[in-house]
Amino acid sequence: MKIRLLAGLLVLGMAAAGCGGATVGTPSGSAAPQPGGGSAAPGSAGTVKIAINPWVGYEASANVVAYLLKNELHYDVELPEIKEQLAWEGFETGDVDVIIENWGHPDLKKKYVEEKKVAVEAGSTGNKGVIGWYIPKWMADQYPDITDYKSLNKYAHLFKTSESGGKGQLLFGDPSYVSNEEALIKNLKLDYKVVVGGSEASLIKGAQQAQEQKKPLLFYFWDPHWLFNKTQLVRVKLPEYTEGCDADPKKVACDYPEMDLDKVVSKRFADTGGKAYELVKNFQWTNEDQNAVANDMTNNGMTGEQAAKKWLDANTAKWQAWLPK
Amino acid sequence: MTTQQRLPAPVEVTAAGTAEGAASRGGLPRWAWYAGAAALLAAAYAVFRGTGTLPHDKEAPQFLAVTELREWIDDQRDLNPVFLYFLNYVRLYVAEVHGLFQTVLNALGWPGLVGVMGGMAWLAGGWRVALLAVAGVGSFGVLGLWESSVETLALVGASVLLSLAIGVPLGVWAGLSRRVRGLVTPVLDVMQIMPTFAYLAPLVLFFHIGAPAGAIATMIYSIPPAIRITSLAIQEVSPAAVEASASLGATPAQTLFKVRLPLARPRIALAANQTVMMALSMVVIANLISAPGLGGDIIRGLSRAQVGLMLPAGVAIVVTAVVLDRMLSALARRGPRSRAGRLDLAAAGALAAAGLALTPVLPATWPQEWTVNLAAPVNEAVHWVESTWYGATTFVKDLTSHALLNPLEGLLTTAPWWLVALAVLALAWRVSGARPALTALGCLLAIALLGLWEHAMQTMTTVAVAVLVTLVLGLLLGVAAARSPRYSALQRPLLDAAQTMPAFVYLLPALALFGSTRFTAIFASVVYAVPPVARLVEDGIRAVPAPVVEAALSAGSTPGQLLWKVQLPMARRAILLAANQGIVMTLAMVVVGGLVGAGALGYDVVVGFSQRADFGMGFVAGVATVLLGVMLDRITQGADGRPSPRRRKLT
Amino acid sequence: MRDSPDSAAITVEGLWKIFGAGAHRVLGGDDRHLDPAALRERTGCTAAVRDVSFDVRPGEVFVVMGLSGSGKSTLVRCLTRLVEPTAGEIRIGGEDIARASPARLREIRRHRVSMVFQHFGLLPHRRVVDNVAYGLEIQGVGRAARHARAAEILSLVGLDGHAGAYPDQLSGGMQQRVGLARALAVDPQVMLFDEPFSALDPLIRRDMQAEVVRLHREVGKTMVFITHDLSEALKLGERIAIMRDGSIVQVGTAEELVGSPADDYVADFVRDVPRSHVLTLRRISREPEPGEPLDGPELPAATLVKDALEAASVSSRPIRVVDGGTLVGVVDRVDLLAFLSGRDLTERAGA
Ligand SMILES: Nc1ncnc2c1ncn2[C@@H]1O[C@H](COP(=O)(O)OP(=O)(O)O)[C@@H](O)[C@H]1O
Ligand SMILES: [Mg+2]
Repeated sequence: MKIRLLAGLLVLGMAAAGCGGATVGTPSGSAAPQPGGGSAAPGSAGTVKIAINPWVGYEASANVVAYLLKNELHYDVELPEIKEQLAWEGFETGDVDVIIENWGHPDLKKKYVEEKKVAVEAGSTGNKGVIGWYIPKWMADQYPDITDYKSLNKYAHLFKTSESGGKGQLLFGDPSYVSNEEALIKNLKLDYKVVVGGSEASLIKGAQQAQEQKKPLLFYFWDPHWLFNKTQLVRVKLPEYTEGCDADPKKVACDYPEMDLDKVVSKRFADTGGKAYELVKNFQWTNEDQNAVANDMTNNGMTGEQAAKKWLDANTAKWQAWLPK
Repeated sequence: MTTQQRLPAPVEVTAAGTAEGAASRGGLPRWAWYAGAAALLAAAYAVFRGTGTLPHDKEAPQFLAVTELREWIDDQRDLNPVFLYFLNYVRLYVAEVHGLFQTVLNALGWPGLVGVMGGMAWLAGGWRVALLAVAGVGSFGVLGLWESSVETLALVGASVLLSLAIGVPLGVWAGLSRRVRGLVTPVLDVMQIMPTFAYLAPLVLFFHIGAPAGAIATMIYSIPPAIRITSLAIQEVSPAAVEASASLGATPAQTLFKVRLPLARPRIALAANQTVMMALSMVVIANLISAPGLGGDIIRGLSRAQVGLMLPAGVAIVVTAVVLDRMLSALARRGPRSRAGRLDLAAAGALAAAGLALTPVLPATWPQEWTVNLAAPVNEAVHWVESTWYGATTFVKDLTSHALLNPLEGLLTTAPWWLVALAVLALAWRVSGARPALTALGCLLAIALLGLWEHAMQTMTTVAVAVLVTLVLGLLLGVAAARSPRYSALQRPLLDAAQTMPAFVYLLPALALFGSTRFTAIFASVVYAVPPVARLVEDGIRAVPAPVVEAALSAGSTPGQLLWKVQLPMARRAILLAANQGIVMTLAMVVVGGLVGAGALGYDVVVGFSQRADFGMGFVAGVATVLLGVMLDRITQGADGRPSPRRRKLT
Repeated sequence: MRDSPDSAAITVEGLWKIFGAGAHRVLGGDDRHLDPAALRERTGCTAAVRDVSFDVRPGEVFVVMGLSGSGKSTLVRCLTRLVEPTAGEIRIGGEDIARASPARLREIRRHRVSMVFQHFGLLPHRRVVDNVAYGLEIQGVGRAARHARAAEILSLVGLDGHAGAYPDQLSGGMQQRVGLARALAVDPQVMLFDEPFSALDPLIRRDMQAEVVRLHREVGKTMVFITHDLSEALKLGERIAIMRDGSIVQVGTAEELVGSPADDYVADFVRDVPRSHVLTLRRISREPEPGEPLDGPELPAATLVKDALEAASVSSRPIRVVDGGTLVGVVDRVDLLAFLSGRDLTERAGA
């Protein structure tokens, strides 16, 4: 009986795909990726899938856009937890419509926008992003020269932990984050080891403890982030970024550039997304805006939806401009 | 991963097991040999330390080659006929099946799903199970996880359906044909010691990411018990019944459908149960390749380090496991002949109908006011624990790290590779015999060739420490249970429950207590592996024949003497089997611990999915994990009573 | 030479069954003459049935007896190829079984030969009536018809009122009645019994033996009955074959086996049988000595010795043993006493 069912499905699928061979993007009956397809609830304008990358700033942006899509444009919104680079693949499989905050990734743009033509750029978010290595302020006060990478080896012993194998520890976040750490340590000949905390939260907790309890900590972090409003952190100077110095990931020996964060959407969404696509394209705000929402989400016990509503209520003029005409 | 299907029948305690223990060779007492060997290895280490090490290189050509292959395949995905006409179709059909489940489950609406599950549970096991199912499915909504839970149900449903659709016929075939069995068994053996992570990367290669890939991964992971248990069930159908059927002129097909399958039905239900449990433990990990469902909530919690986010999702998965387990085991417990009574049919039908009738009436989504938000209180509780017990947990963690982990890791990573290989060979040879020892050696050398020596050594360190703790705890609990029936009665249900739980559930409390470090993985794997070990030990001690115990007591042994001189030695094989099981399970968990800071191989796999450039490393790390698993299994397999024939002649 | 095949219900000729790899090689070589232990040691094969030949007449109860492991079960399974014979001829009702196609073989099993097993082989998931009707079901007989037939057979074996029960609700004896009914339901010409009662308690076993005797009288089937119990063999068998290590050492009536065992093995086997219960006057009668009075009581030659005792106790004259009116010989009290005390055996051995 099950075999007959399978055979039936086989025939069905063959027919659906027109027997011309199936591509990965071939939509199947129910998992229709386009808005207006399949599982959308009655009365809905369609379903939009915004990938959620694992840092709270991203979530803040995603929640604000999701709130508007739901309440102003009456779309269903899914927020699948998909990491940065996998989300790009989601454009191809139909699992993702929107990446709301993209940090560079020129290689992925080349592959998915130019070569595969399954993704489309949808403009800047207005946020300026920069990644760097940070220490708590008390360390900079106590060891003034520590903020230069050249003297990091001198202080490596301060940063030793049970996990760092006798070297200094450089605490890293989620494994999926944009990272040159290994190459930097190697190419700058630093006596350090990358220890993976596994999450943004482990970085935040580490940073807060380090400042409050005056414990040494060197860690990977980025701006925009609400933490800068709460805890005093100092960035360690790495060799200056110059255009193209990070072209070969193995040979990187320079700091991270300041990035213009942008949005990327699937080609399918750009073509058929209608008003939802318009809204995503128009969405733009400042680092302060994002930090406010992210702060509410992390420190004021609000859900993403609540924090988004609070910000939107207070900034009507801004979001009115995003709505499609 | 659940492990019931792995547990073999109670070990028979034979006199041979103990007779061997006392033997010595060549005049010297046995310990002298061991001491000599250890001294030799130590001396070699002292001399060669730091030479012949194989440090980890993220850019190893092996990794880059696989990464390139992946890029190439990605470009071919919509061009190459293998993909166009085969793999993509497979993906498409799995997507269809998954979509079908999704559509049906969503179309039922929440009242409908509650009713239908309740009805099915009633049919399977009467009103108690029905009540459990209704409460269980309802709890998805109460936890505020209705959508994710339904997604998970759809994924589990689709993969289990496919697993059974393929696994049961294959199992039947294997049950009927010795030749097929000979082909299938070794494959299943390896699949069973493969950690969950190892399945993902190859699937990404062929089936891309997303729900279908997740369903295929889950299906492949959960198929071994379907095949194995079905095959056993078919083989163990009373030969008298089969012969009687044949003697009356039944065709093989008639005998299969009228005799073998009906008689094997309860055990096939058991196979289905195991399959479901395996699938449930995979759905979380499948989220690493973007499969939807509760796994997403767990991973979300992990990446926010918020136990409050994870706990409800963990609870929902456990609830799913318990509900499905009770339903299917009720089905399995029922004799081969029983049928649902008319009353049960009516009640089940009424329940389902009531649910369906309510669907259009009640709100389409689970009402907000019926949910309990656990996140905040749980986060607070965890925070409290963290800050209150900070001293104690940090002490335990640091002590273990500095006293056990770091020295051992240092030893393994600074020793020349050939010395480690030699030690492994010697150990495996002694414990399991020549052939397993050579296999173990082969695996170790392959790991070296794959470029993952250092990380494999680190993972092995973590596994070793975890196994040590597991064995000590398991022995204590097992002995305690064997000696006190009252304590055993208390402990059994706990162990039973622990064994139906998906593996990663143990990560949660560990993470709450110890943050993301290697110790978290150790803690989780200990919690995960202790139940079966304790149970095997208890069973082993209990299996010591009563006359022997009586004889020892009548000779005036104290309870302590009885334990040390009679029960433990006679339960030796059971205990060694427990060690073997413990090691394999611990490895699986330590690798999953890569998600929470265990580093090494598990982390390589995680990175492989997170960073495109590291896909190759992740893939190869998956392979290395399997090799490590086979190696550890072979080193200890002599323990579980299946020595190779050659071993018997050699020792 | 044997009778023509048609006059025998079953004919077996030169039957071999060797378990293990390379059975045919063993059969072709000289190894087959080795004794079982040596054969197993040398080749790893077990010769369960070796060069067995016998006939069973229509309507006869033919008993095969031997110690456990002597190959009885294998032999009886070879008859319908539940176990595939290695070599030899088997005919049932004249039809060549060894060369029958699988389909033909199924036809034979469905309609001609059915079997009753030591461990019953009932289907626990089916009610008694469906167990009995199973053979008809696989033949494609409709539900109503097969249930009617099953009910009929159930009352024949004394299981009225148990049709709706499940096997595990019945006692062992009743379960075997179900097994018997199942075999009878297809109305076979030949019934094979493989130690059907050895799993039963002695009292129930006696009942069941009586049942078989009754059924044999009522339905008159040809039966091959395997047992390791001599008294059962004697009670049921018209002729008995004794097996040892896969070979038949002797075939004969009870009287032949007890009276003239072919070898020590058979003699040993039948030692405990009260000979007076098996042997007839024909066997112990002798030529009248000159001058012996020939006016004693007259008894047929087929009279069992134990039944002659009464006549001998009444009259002191030698009993006249007659066969169809002609005098075969005489038996006097001394002869009887010598026989009962076993002295005749020692004398014969001494002679
Ligand atoms: N399937 C088999 N494979 C191998 N040897 C067998 C098989 N069946 C029976 N034998 C062997 O054949 C011999 C005869 O067995 P069997 O016919 O069962 O004897 P019986 O029924 O007289 O007790 C025994 O030595 C037994 O071990
Ligand atoms: Mg037998």
